Amino acid sequence: MMVSLEDLLQRHPVWRGGAAFSRAAAVPSGFSVLDGELPGGGWPTGGLTEILGLQQGIGELRLLLPALAALTTAGKRVIWLAPPHLPYAPALAAAGVDLARLAVVRAPGRRDSLWAAEQALRSGTCHALLAWFRNARYAELRRLALAAEASCALVALFRPREAARESSPACLRIALEPVQGELVVRILKRRGAPAAAPLRVPLKSPLHALGRSPSSPPASGDARARRSLGLPVHA
Amino acid sequence: MRLFDGLERLLERLREGLAAMELTAQLAVAPAARAALWRSRGGGARLQELPLEVIGFDSGGFFRNIGISTVGELLKLPRDGLARRCGQALLDDLDRALGTVPEARGYFMPPPRFAAKLELPAEVSHADGLLFAARRLLVQLEGLLAARHAGVRAFTVFLCHPKAESTAVEIGLASPAREAGRLGQLLREKLATLSLSCPVEAIRLEAGDFSPLHARTAGMFGDALAEDEGWARLAERLQARLGPDAVYGLATHPDHRPEYGWRRVEPGEWDPREFRHPGPRPLWLLQAPRPMREDDLQLLAGPERIECGWWDGDEARRDYFIARFSDSSLGWVYREAGAWFLHGLFA
Repeated sequence: MMVSLEDLLQRHPVWRGGAAFSRAAAVPSGFSVLDGELPGGGWPTGGLTEILGLQQGIGELRLLLPALAALTTAGKRVIWLAPPHLPYAPALAAAGVDLARLAVVRAPGRRDSLWAAEQALRSGTCHALLAWFRNARYAELRRLALAAEASCALVALFRPREAARESSPACLRIALEPVQGELVVRILKRRGAPAAAPLRVPLKSPLHALGRSPSSPPASGDARARRSLGLPVHA
Repeated sequence: MRLFDGLERLLERLREGLAAMELTAQLAVAPAARAALWRSRGGGARLQELPLEVIGFDSGGFFRNIGISTVGELLKLPRDGLARRCGQALLDDLDRALGTVPEARGYFMPPPRFAAKLELPAEVSHADGLLFAARRLLVQLEGLLAARHAGVRAFTVFLCHPKAESTAVEIGLASPAREAGRLGQLLREKLATLSLSCPVEAIRLEAGDFSPLHARTAGMFGDALAEDEGWARLAERLQARLGPDAVYGLATHPDHRPEYGWRRVEPGEWDPREFRHPGPRPLWLLQAPRPMREDDLQLLAGPERIECGWWDGDEARRDYFIARFSDSSLGWVYREAGAWFLHGLFA
């Protein structure tokens, strides 16, 4: 007698990789396109998220801002570990991040930053950790993944694009690419079935905040002349 | 007695504490403090059997001459005769020991600062050995602090070298504490960053400036207070190893010049009411503006003129633009005196 595959699956409790982990703990990313594809409906907590990007300044932080704003306004603490530039307070405050809940940790070397990351996660008081590692070995990341598992924190590691070639204990790996002024996210690895299609994430552009079309740079002129033209002057 | 879970447990805790401080002691128990003191001097013998020499009564050898050698025999003598012979003071002391007359004792007040030195049995040149020795001193410090209901915000460990000036290791805490375990953990992080040039023969621990610290009960559920405490401990642990400036918070500052528009503060010190929404600002600000070539830039928006700071000698007259670079990243660039600079990235 013929039994259809569908019947078999119904009769026996067979775990299928295709079904996304619906029970995975997560923090909503604030982008419905992304939340729909991420297991648990957001950035995973209690595991590592690797964000691989070719260059800086393509929206890698704006991608996390809604989640950071939601966490900090709920009173959760966020640590930025070894950021490559100065995190600019006015921009963060404008995006709704409660700066009183944010701390920056400077760590000079790889060993120090890995140590600091583990301390932060083991302390249980850090709900999101953003860390910039130029290079890290698998064993070190594995250690960090275990600490993350115990912490229930969102852990985002920013790493260069070349790291995609190495294997990683992260439960989510995404690669970022700017395409025609928009950010395209490719999910390289996630819990459950692999995702094929790249996602266009509608980030908030700094130009929207301005609401003005670009104008050609004026050759010269003093503040008074500019004020009469209706351009912003801070004096 | 109930509080300490019975006499045996109390004695056990005393013995543990004394052993941790490496002190030898003779413990004795009696209903009155004076009797306990005498018994401990007499090696724990019963009060009645204590020789009179031990408690320092038989000064002139008078009792020995009349054949009295223990406290028990002394107590059998008629009281009024004894008072006439040896004075009321002797009887008062005996009554206090027996507990029939109450005795007022002055409370011991420990000194308000701590300094102790420990000679190491052998010269030590690695951090682990030092830490082991320092722990003994920290336990003593904890005992002193507990007696004063106090904690320290800072302490200093001096590493004494045989032929050189001693090295001072200063440890600061986020909040007053006295637990030897916590202090030792901070010291370990600090010692790990230290490279010793020569071996250490002794260590000295100094702490002063005690601040009141009352034992706090832990919340039944993970409450906000416990989380704040955990956070403070994390910060001090990170600072002990990475340096005091390594952990900071961010705050906005009312200044139009972007580099002055923010401040490094203690984490948690930010008042959102002071914040005024600026124009579009990048999430990354470069430490120092980077010179750019004009043909690399595709200007998308601007200019926003920032002209400010003539009063403090750091005047800025800049036109800011949002620009796209050839690799499609967005940057915040400005032109000043005809030259272009990159100041931030819209990350």
